[in-house]
Amino acid sequence: MSSIKIRTKRMDGNTQIRMLIAHPMEHGRNRDVKTNALIPAHFIQEITVEHNKNVIITGNTGANISKDPYFAFMLKGGNVGDKITISWVDNLGNEDTQDHIIN
Amino acid sequence: MTDSRRAFIKKSVAISGYSMIALASPKANAEWLTETTSTDILQQTLKRLFKDQKIIESDKIDIRIPKTAENGAAVPITVTSSLNNVESIAILVEKNPIPLAAKFELSPDLAPFVSARLKIAESSAVAVIVETDQGFFTASEKVIVTLGGCEI
Repeated sequence: MSSIKIRTKRMDGNTQIRMLIAHPMEHGRNRDVKTNALIPAHFIQEITVEHNKNVIITGNTGANISKDPYFAFMLKGGNVGDKITISWVDNLGNEDTQDHIIN
Repeated sequence: MTDSRRAFIKKSVAISGYSMIALASPKANAEWLTETTSTDILQQTLKRLFKDQKIIESDKIDIRIPKTAENGAAVPITVTSSLNNVESIAILVEKNPIPLAAKFELSPDLAPFVSARLKIAESSAVAVIVETDQGFFTASEKVIVTLGGCEI
């Protein structure tokens, strides 16, 4: 199952894009409760949002973003049936992509 | 009389010695300063991100964030702006060890609107920097965090 959940909503001619990504977002200064060892940093570094294959948002994120990050953006226009693609890359090289059709 | 003069000489030698040490290591001193004063880290981050661009305070940036946050692990923030031609929006938390939280480059198809959830380690100001074709604009909002600390 993909780690990205996407919801879109048409609002007064605009489209709100909301996303929820399942990710630990560790900043590297936390310690394991049992072993007291540092938990290595593990966070999303890059988020890309595409609208019908045109890149509309490129975001650089740091570990200051909460665990399981949530973002929302407002697209001017946007029609039912348009395709939204969201992808992320984290500092360990993991990545994920998810498509969504505006409904 | 001679005693006090001797004490004076001793002290002055000691003081000049200390100042010599301080002068000999200005670099170490500077490092110590940047490590302990977080505003310097914020300034450095701003410099690195935006080079030496002029950043102007603006009231056309609206930051919606709770004034007091019970849990610093997830503080919702919504940034909207009435500025024209917004190119990017950056969010910084002043007192976090690494201030920059996120920077989004928005294409002209997008309205200047970003919503996210932040980790805030302690009560701090949250600054937003908006880049437009007219230059850089900033606004900030203070947040009081009742439960923060290192565990977030």
